[in-house]
Amino acid sequence: MKRIIALIAMIGSAAPLLAGDFTGTVTLKGSPPPEKPIDPLKSDPSCGKLVTGTPTTTHYVVGPKGELANAIVIVKGVPGAKSTGASAAPVIVDQKACIYHPHVFAVQTGQKITVKNSDPVLHNVHTTPTVAGNKESNNAQLANGADIHLSFDKAEQFLRFKCDVHPWMFAYACVVDHPYFALTGADGSFKISGLPAGKYTVEVSHRKAGTVSQEVEITDAGGKADFSLEAK
Amino acid sequence: MHHRSGFFFTRFQMLKSPYSHGLHWFAILVALCALGLIGMGGLVTSHGVGMAVPDWPTSYGYNMFALPISMWLTGGVFHEHTHRLWASALGVLVIALTRWIGGRQSRLPLAIIGGVEVVAGQALILLGGEWKGAGHFLSGIGGVVLLAALVWAPNERSSRPLPTLAWLAFWGVQLQGLLGGLRVVLDAHLFAGTRLGVWFGVFHGCLAQAFLVLVVVIAVMSSRWWVERATAAPGTARSKVLLFTTGLIFLQLIIGATMRHQHAGLAIPDFPKAYGAWWPDLSESAVTQYNANRVELSAHNPITAFQIGLQMVHRLVALTIAMLVGACLWRAKGALRRLCSAWFILIIIQAGLGMWTIWSNKAADVATLHVITGALSLVTGAVICLISGKLSPTRD
Ligand SMILES: [Cu+2]
Repeated sequence: MKRIIALIAMIGSAAPLLAGDFTGTVTLKGSPPPEKPIDPLKSDPSCGKLVTGTPTTTHYVVGPKGELANAIVIVKGVPGAKSTGASAAPVIVDQKACIYHPHVFAVQTGQKITVKNSDPVLHNVHTTPTVAGNKESNNAQLANGADIHLSFDKAEQFLRFKCDVHPWMFAYACVVDHPYFALTGADGSFKISGLPAGKYTVEVSHRKAGTVSQEVEITDAGGKADFSLEAK
Repeated sequence: MHHRSGFFFTRFQMLKSPYSHGLHWFAILVALCALGLIGMGGLVTSHGVGMAVPDWPTSYGYNMFALPISMWLTGGVFHEHTHRLWASALGVLVIALTRWIGGRQSRLPLAIIGGVEVVAGQALILLGGEWKGAGHFLSGIGGVVLLAALVWAPNERSSRPLPTLAWLAFWGVQLQGLLGGLRVVLDAHLFAGTRLGVWFGVFHGCLAQAFLVLVVVIAVMSSRWWVERATAAPGTARSKVLLFTTGLIFLQLIIGATMRHQHAGLAIPDFPKAYGAWWPDLSESAVTQYNANRVELSAHNPITAFQIGLQMVHRLVALTIAMLVGACLWRAKGALRRLCSAWFILIIIQAGLGMWTIWSNKAADVATLHVITGALSLVTGAVICLISGKLSPTRD
C-alpha cells in the first residue's frame, strides 16, 4: 500500500516535469502613467448605453506587486520549430460594449482568429499590419453580425486591430511563427509547454514597456525564469 | 471720386452692369458651403474616422443617398457619411455656379464634358476592381454636369476672369471628390513607404483650402463693389509682405494637414515647452520613451522624430505669421487697416486654438475649430491681397 502511494506520488510529481514546462513571471518596475477614462465611449449615443461607468484604457495591466499582464514571452531558436497554427483552435476576439476583448492576444501564423460582434452596434474590424505579407483588411460587421475570420501569414508583434467607427476601439495581436510562446496573465505568469531541452534566448515584450531578453536553460525537467520590464 | 458721380454711375450700371445680385449671393452660398465642408472634413480627421465607411462611393454597399439613418447615426459613420453628402451637395452647387457664370456659352462644353464623364465612368465600372468606385463617381457627376448643360436659360457669360475661375472650381471640386474617394479606396496601398491614405488625405485637405480661396475670390469678384471698381484700380496686392504672409499661412496649413493625417495624436503633448524642454530630444531612445509614456485614447499610430520636428516647425511658423500679420496691421491705413485688424484678431484666436488643441489633448472639436480658423485666416489674407490694390489709402 505504502509503495503504491509512493508510486502515485512519484507519477504525480513527475507528470508536469515530463512535459518540460517553462514557467515564470513578468513584473514591471517603476510606475506606469495612469490610464485614462474612455470618455468618447461613454458619450457615444449607442455605446454609452452599453456601459454603466466609464471604462478606462488598458495599456498597462499591472498587479499589486508589479505583475505585468499582456507581455508576450517568445522562446527563440527552437530546433525544427514551425507553426502549427493551421490545426490550432481559433482565437476568439469579441467586441463587447464597444471594446475589443481581449486587448492583447497571441496567435500563430496561419491560426484562425474569429472576430465576434456581441454588440447591437455596427463595428468595423480594421487590421493594420506593418509586416510585408500580412494583409490589411477592413470589414464592416453589423450589429450582432456574422463572425469575421482572419489569419496572418507572417510573424508580427502587436499587429493592431482597430474600429474606424469607434476610434477608441483597438487591440493587438502577437503573431508568432511557432508554438513556443505565451502571453502573461493578470498574475504576470506564463507557461510554455513541449520545449525540447536546450539553451534558448527568451524574449519578453510589452507594447509599452519594451523588450528584454535573457538566456534560459531548459532541461528535461523544464525551466523557470522571471523577467522584469521597466516603466520609465 | 466715384462717390461724386455715384448716382449717375449706378444708374448707368443698372442698365448695363455685369453685376448680378443673384450670382453674387449664390457665390457666397457656395463659399459658406465650402467652409462648412472643411469643418466637416476636419471633424472626420479629428475623430480619426476617415475609414468609418470602408467603401466608396457606395456606403456599406448602399447607394450613398440611401444609407439607412440608423447606420448613418453610428459613431464615426455620422461624420464620414455627412461629409460625403455635404460634398455631393457642394459638387452640385459648383456645377450650377459654372453654368451660371459661364452663361449659355458654357452649355456645349458642359454637355461634352458630362457625356465624356458618363461614358468614361461606365468604362471604369466595366474594368472593375478598384476602378469601380471611381467609375460610379465619374458617371454620377457626369450626369449632374449633363443636367447643367440642359438648363436653357439664355444668360450671358460673366466678365473675365470669372469664367476661368469658375471652370477652375468646376475641375477642382471634381478632383477633390475623387481624391476624397481614393483616400478611402486606396487607403492601404503604400507609396514611398507611406500609406496612400495619408498622401491623399494631406492633398485632399490642402486642396480644400485652395478651393475655398478660389470660391471666395469668385464671390468677391462678383460683388457690386468689385464690378463697379473693375476699371477704377488694378486688382493686385499692394505689398509683397501681404502676399508672402498669405503664402506662409498656406504653407502652415500644409504642415497642419501633414500632421493631422499621420493619425498619431499629439506629436508633442505640452506647450509652450516640448517634452519639458525648449527643443525636444529627437534621439531614437527619447522617441521610444515618448511613445511608451503616452496613454492613447484612440488607435493612434506611434509618433516619430519627423512628426515632433514638424510640430516644432509649425510652432515657429505660427510665431512668424503672427509677427508678419502684426507688421501688416502696423503699416496699413484706412479700410485696409480695418481688414488687417480682423486678420490679426483671427491669427491671435488661431494661435489660442492651437494651444488649446494641445492642452485639451487634441479634443476633436477644438482641433476642428483650429482647422476652420486656419481656413478663415488664409481666406482673409487672400481677400486682403486681392482687394488691397482697389482700396484707396487715403479714403477711410
Ligand atoms: Cu466599433
